[in-house]
Amino acid sequence: MLKIEKLNKSYGANKALTDVDLNVSEGVVFGLLGPNGAGKTTLIRIINQIIDGDSGKVYIGGELLAPKHIGLIGYLPEERGLYKKMKVWDQMFYFARLKGLSPQEAKMKIKYWLEKLEMETWKDKKIEDLSKGMAQKVQFISTIIHNPPLLILDEPFSGFDPVNAEIIKNEILELKAKGTTVILSTHRMESVELLCDQVAMINRSKKILDGTIKKLKSTYRPEVYSVTLDHLRRDLPAEWISKEDEGSYNFTLPLSGKKPNDLLNELMQYGQVSKFQELIPSMEEIFIHQVKSTENG
Amino acid sequence: MDKIWLVIQREYVSRVKKKSFLLVTLLTPLIFPAIMGVFVWIALEEEDNQALRIIEVVDDNKLFFLESSEQYAFSFSDASPEEAKTLVQEGSRYGFLHIPEFDIKDPVGISFYGEENPSMSLISYLENNLRKKIEEQRLFESGIDPKIINDVRTKVAIKSITMDDEGTETVSDATVNYAIGFVAGILIYMFIFIYGNQIMQGVIEEKSSRIVEILVSSLKPFQLMLGKIIGIAGVGLTQLLIWIVLIGTLTTIVTGFLGMQMPQQQAMEMANPELAQGLAQNTDMGEILQVLSGINYIQIVLSFVFYFLGGYLLYGALFAAIGSAVDAPSDAQQFMLPVTIPLIVAYMGLFVFVLNDPNSTTSFWLSVVPLTSPIAMMGRVSYGVPFWELMLSMGLLIAGFLFTTWVAGKIYRIGILMHGTKPSYKTLWKWIKTNN
Repeated sequence: MLKIEKLNKSYGANKALTDVDLNVSEGVVFGLLGPNGAGKTTLIRIINQIIDGDSGKVYIGGELLAPKHIGLIGYLPEERGLYKKMKVWDQMFYFARLKGLSPQEAKMKIKYWLEKLEMETWKDKKIEDLSKGMAQKVQFISTIIHNPPLLILDEPFSGFDPVNAEIIKNEILELKAKGTTVILSTHRMESVELLCDQVAMINRSKKILDGTIKKLKSTYRPEVYSVTLDHLRRDLPAEWISKEDEGSYNFTLPLSGKKPNDLLNELMQYGQVSKFQELIPSMEEIFIHQVKSTENG
Repeated sequence: MDKIWLVIQREYVSRVKKKSFLLVTLLTPLIFPAIMGVFVWIALEEEDNQALRIIEVVDDNKLFFLESSEQYAFSFSDASPEEAKTLVQEGSRYGFLHIPEFDIKDPVGISFYGEENPSMSLISYLENNLRKKIEEQRLFESGIDPKIINDVRTKVAIKSITMDDEGTETVSDATVNYAIGFVAGILIYMFIFIYGNQIMQGVIEEKSSRIVEILVSSLKPFQLMLGKIIGIAGVGLTQLLIWIVLIGTLTTIVTGFLGMQMPQQQAMEMANPELAQGLAQNTDMGEILQVLSGINYIQIVLSFVFYFLGGYLLYGALFAAIGSAVDAPSDAQQFMLPVTIPLIVAYMGLFVFVLNDPNSTTSFWLSVVPLTSPIAMMGRVSYGVPFWELMLSMGLLIAGFLFTTWVAGKIYRIGILMHGTKPSYKTLWKWIKTNN
């Protein structure tokens, strides 16, 4: 769906993107992860043709990115905004028309979405009279009103209350099921782990990692197990720093080259093993690990 | 192109639908005739109701006589100045005019005493009468009968006729031309300021509420800027049109109504003393009509529309650029100077140079340089401008607004996405130089 090759962008002396390659397959939810200031927004703005890259190529559906592709993308920027004095319906209509829908199509789509998210009663209200959550729903609908095959959401859940965040999450999954490709950009990596199929991590203008979540997690597992022992038969070695809780001892153990079964056998010598579980790294931990390893050379 | 049209529509409709637009559009034309009406009414009332003011005159020369009017009565007495002053203080006299004994060749020391400042008209009435009397007296002393002087006094009015190369003659009148240039220049000046500011506010609103990022993912920043400028121009033209119609109708009604109570001449003086004076010189009504019909209305109207829009577009782009560079209206101040100064220069130039001498070198340059021409040229057009000068000025104005729009587009496109930094002229220059 989206392919980026050797994309560079700098603002004066500041590098915002350095040789970024990206490949987003069709129909996936793609997480663009990285701390604030890493270059995510710059990348998104280039895909949206708000700004141009200095060098490198962006392909969308196999074609070099061009103004005619604007209608293929739905974009929810991190900083949201609506015309405060405009009515909900007028606002949606305006955005839909700007994205290239005909008046009839726009009317139909607005009606569909207002009904779907139970918002028909406030279609004649001005944005300034709406609650924040309502306004965000309007914003979300304005983003997807033209049925874009590619949806780019920058920090989609920031500012949403839990109820609305859930609604939006479900809508995203529903759109995905219909074949929409979704790019989620966020610095809160834990928020998208369950949603994303693929991720790319960006730090200080460079892509440092990408792949499917499953693959990343297995590649970057720390090979550490979380263990709980009951009914100790003998004292634990001093280097296993454990925490006692009413006769149960909790600690973590690295494999240190052994096979899990061997480690388990060893543990059984000390007492009854009531928990033996491999630690799965969070995306954040993988990110930090990767940042450290790239920085150390 | 479709998208620019959508932006134009939104900008236009969202403004025209506002209650404040309706209010300003409908009330402003009411206010002008209302103010005029109130003045006329007050003047009429004053004349009717004012108590006769008595002025004590002590003339030590025993020479002068002042004719009493509806407002003022003059009482000549032999009272001493001190007695007269007491009369004023007691309130039985409005004022006291003291004419001390003087050499008629050097009349000094005439004083007016009153409890309040006398009006300009009273002072000039007194001065005129005294001067006339002194002049008569001196003529008399030199052996000339003042009556002869009155007989030889003649009134001269020059009928000015302009000819073009084909020999067509048109009767013109500088006063009418002056008035047309004056009104047109002021209208353009006001329009640029009021609507230029609206452009700026609109850009700042879109920028600070972050709508702009969504918009520019759907259309080019340049389209957005142009759409806004054109949309707001539409609002301004609509307003102007409504005003012209409303003011025209209301003024006709008001003056028509008051005209029954007041001689036409006086009503005109109230409205515009200079114009009235000019008309008074050509008392021949037919001649005035001749002057009015001699004006090239088509050229004036076309030029007005052209400079009205051209000036607006030229400055509108600059206002948009300023709006895009700042985060809040209060920050805009620092960039306003390069916009306000040429506008004020044009405005002052219109009065100081152009209207007084439309064909001077200064007037020529003011009316050709694009930053000042929209206002200054209107002051010349009504007098008639050589065709090539008009074309040069218009051509330069078109080039001018293409240039400012191009520069503004460069600043705008970067400015609208910049938050939290206060740009300087240096950063703006850097934006202009940046290619993408």
